[in-house]
Amino acid sequence: MRILQYILKRLIYMLPVLFGVTVMVFVISHAIPGDPAKMIAGPKASRQAVDNIRKQHGLDKPLPVQYLRFVSGLVKGDLGISIRNHRPVTHDLNDFFPATLELTLASIMICLGVGIPLGIISAVRRNHLTDHLTRIFSVFGVSMPVFWLGLMLLLLFYRNLGWLPGSGRLDIDFSPPVYVTGLYLIDTLLEGRIDKFFNVASHIVLPAFCLSYVYLAIVTRIVRSSMIEVLGQEFIITARANGVSEWMIVLKHAFKNSLIPTVTITGLSFGELLGGAILTETIFGWPGMGKYVVDSVNYLDFPAIMGFTLIVALVYVSINLFVDVLYAFLNPKITY
Amino acid sequence: MTLLKIDRLSVSFTNYQGTSSVLDRVSLTIGRGQILGLVGESGCGKSVTARTILRLIPQPPGNITAGAILFKDEDLLKVSPRRMRQIRGNEISMIFQEPMSSLNPVFTVGNQMREVVWIHRKLKRREADAMCVEMLHQVQMPDPEAVLKKYPHELSGGMRQRVMVAMELVCAPELLIADEPTTALDVTIQGQVLAILTALTRERNISVLMITHDMGVVAQVCDRVAVMYAGRVVEAAPVQELFAGPMHPYTRGLIASIPSMDANDSLYSIPGSVPTLIDPPPGCRFHPRCTVRLDACDRQVPELRWITPEHQVACHGVPIGGRKGEAASAPGY
Amino acid sequence: MKTFLKNNSKWQEFLLTARLLRQNPIAMAGVVILTIMTLLALCADFLAPFDPIRLSLSERLQAPGLSHWFGTDEMGRDILSRVMFGARISLRIGFIVILVSGGMGSIIGAVAGYYGGRVDNIIMRLMDVILSFPSLVLAMALAAAMGPSLNNAIMAVAFVMIPKFARMVRGDALAVKEMQFISAARISGAGNGWIIFNHILPNCLNSVIVLATLTLGDTILIAASLSFIGLGAQPPTPEWGAMISVGRKFLMDQWWYATFPGLFILVTVIGFNILGDALRDIMDPRIRR
Repeated sequence: MRILQYILKRLIYMLPVLFGVTVMVFVISHAIPGDPAKMIAGPKASRQAVDNIRKQHGLDKPLPVQYLRFVSGLVKGDLGISIRNHRPVTHDLNDFFPATLELTLASIMICLGVGIPLGIISAVRRNHLTDHLTRIFSVFGVSMPVFWLGLMLLLLFYRNLGWLPGSGRLDIDFSPPVYVTGLYLIDTLLEGRIDKFFNVASHIVLPAFCLSYVYLAIVTRIVRSSMIEVLGQEFIITARANGVSEWMIVLKHAFKNSLIPTVTITGLSFGELLGGAILTETIFGWPGMGKYVVDSVNYLDFPAIMGFTLIVALVYVSINLFVDVLYAFLNPKITY
Repeated sequence: MTLLKIDRLSVSFTNYQGTSSVLDRVSLTIGRGQILGLVGESGCGKSVTARTILRLIPQPPGNITAGAILFKDEDLLKVSPRRMRQIRGNEISMIFQEPMSSLNPVFTVGNQMREVVWIHRKLKRREADAMCVEMLHQVQMPDPEAVLKKYPHELSGGMRQRVMVAMELVCAPELLIADEPTTALDVTIQGQVLAILTALTRERNISVLMITHDMGVVAQVCDRVAVMYAGRVVEAAPVQELFAGPMHPYTRGLIASIPSMDANDSLYSIPGSVPTLIDPPPGCRFHPRCTVRLDACDRQVPELRWITPEHQVACHGVPIGGRKGEAASAPGY
Repeated sequence: MKTFLKNNSKWQEFLLTARLLRQNPIAMAGVVILTIMTLLALCADFLAPFDPIRLSLSERLQAPGLSHWFGTDEMGRDILSRVMFGARISLRIGFIVILVSGGMGSIIGAVAGYYGGRVDNIIMRLMDVILSFPSLVLAMALAAAMGPSLNNAIMAVAFVMIPKFARMVRGDALAVKEMQFISAARISGAGNGWIIFNHILPNCLNSVIVLATLTLGDTILIAASLSFIGLGAQPPTPEWGAMISVGRKFLMDQWWYATFPGLFILVTVIGFNILGDALRDIMDPRIRR
């Protein structure tokens, strides 16, 4: 019961932030550009078309009125019409969302599945070779230009070794699996097509690794430093003095204590992953929201860009709320 | 009957500043059912001695350079890690100074106690819980079943320390090492916890190595006491004998430093300060501060010798066979 | 002069930092990297073997060789020279962004921390709003709204970085404002603004320097990313991200085009991150004696 109260409190805290997010998107799209009507109409529109747009979207009215219009549109799920495709931006995003979701989830799994064990091993074998290698890897990770990494991976695995495909989610000779979740990895299995599954897997490996690289390094570093700190605490010595085996000490006693910073970082990373997806999807021709927005940038498709920005911010805020709530479960000291 | 015998244990520590000789040929014996007090100032090596018994000192930077620790028939310095784990919490237990940080904050008390029981007894959950509840009862914990479900931060300092006592006694060890168990507690609670501790160990004939810097605790609780200074044992005797007739100048200084209710003079303190152990004074490590220093004191290390059948001293100023009080000419303290 | 420097505690602190830094070989590696990059940036005019915008269509897309160590691009321009001038651009972007966002962020944070209460609340909520967007996404939206140009990209990135400094300085300010000398200053009649600038901010300097160094790396990455998607530096500006963007088209057959600029980005950012990490360890009050 107290947990529900806590969740409610966090939700209420979030409301001003959400409000702020809509205001920011509004300001960027309506107040910053010289002529918002032109941005919406597109660079190729005629003067007449621009004037029409201005009237149609109420862009000649005062800003607060425009903001109200903007928000009421949001509530109805209207993010504007894409200049490029002449479709509502929401429809576009809807189409491309599953691909991005799949890529992001795969990356998170790599980050956690590799990062956490690596961080733990590095903390336990402090100052041994594994630790030094991990720390070098960490520095490279946070310094890596993701788009360059993608290109280098393509050079190595696609061009030189020919092991992995260079773009897309699926070879052209295959047809996409029957839509159940939108996640090809799952849908191909549900379809029972193992050959398709492996093909999809081979396509997702490089982009997922590339996207996860930076955050893998961060997660490893956080897990390592938090584990080192925890392993220096008194209660670890108590456990050892009671006869608990070293494995249990690390995996049970120490690890649960370092879950908190790990979970927090994962939440933050998820948001940055969404940002990084922009670059990764472009490099690997992955048909997701990231590639969509880059194409929109090249086309100066302003409504699409702003729609994407807003959606991403909303997702990010939701994830942080989720992390907050999870935090309450992990830390018994939190008062609800 | 001897339960634990520490025989000329030497331990050194190496860090960026150098190598310190933290323990130098420390020898102690604890008999069955005996409460041995180990006193000395901070940094004299009492905790290191205690932790070395259970091999809790990480081997870099620590290094056991010589000696043996005989527990019943085994040399604890030579047993396998597996056997050591069997012993810890089961045949030899240890309670620490800070109950605040000695318990894992993210697991319940019950979880942590059950873990100890499960490791050594492999009982089912219900039986393990029963054992824990019974033990919590023994340490006079109100409502033991509820306590099992609580987290450490939900309990007071005194209650936490009692949980520690219960946790360490639940598997009925033969030796309990108590490293300053009441130092971090409120004065009002100290007596309580100490009383519970002594009652339980006496009842079960559990030997105790009581580490403290508080002579009052020693007087109250211990059968025998050993005094350490700068990594060496300087005197060891039954409690009454030590207080009645301390032989080592350092011990005399310690006892003289105890504030007394009826003394009107200013508090006495031993002049000088504890030496660094990277470059300790040659010979007797106390000689720079000693008022009865002899020529040999800065050249030869005094051996720990039996002066009477129960009283050992390591001091050149105490002649062999000399009775207590006849030792060396000592200025009145 | 010598006695002045000896008595000046800030100078002494600086010397101590430098000495501790020298003892750390990895940190020195970072310093070396950054020194090289700075030299390239400052002296590109002298060091570069060719004019970066000199076209030479007969030498298009040559592989790395004796005369063109990094090869040539699709207009026959020497890539090594362009990469060197790219260092100038990237470092310039980095420093401008840090000065602007560091300066503004620190002041905002100091004000929030010092005044506390409502002011603090409002300011921090604003910072939360900015932080609700992934940095690249927000920078992209801003740059798109302002129009694709290098200067706009610089402003967009600076805006995105402000909350980092604000948050940190606010934390420091909260601690500093409780200290004795602040009350002393107030009693002597100092106004709030004076206190903030002359007492609070200088005490946050250490953490700001560490954060600035670490953020320089991120800034260069975001700026290069913006250029890569077409929103920052525009071709033919020899900015590293922009070069990679073009080089991508030639990736399969002319690997050198996209590889070298990216390598330089990586190395430079590594330099900043290593240095930042080392500074953070050094400035930790436990280590300073």
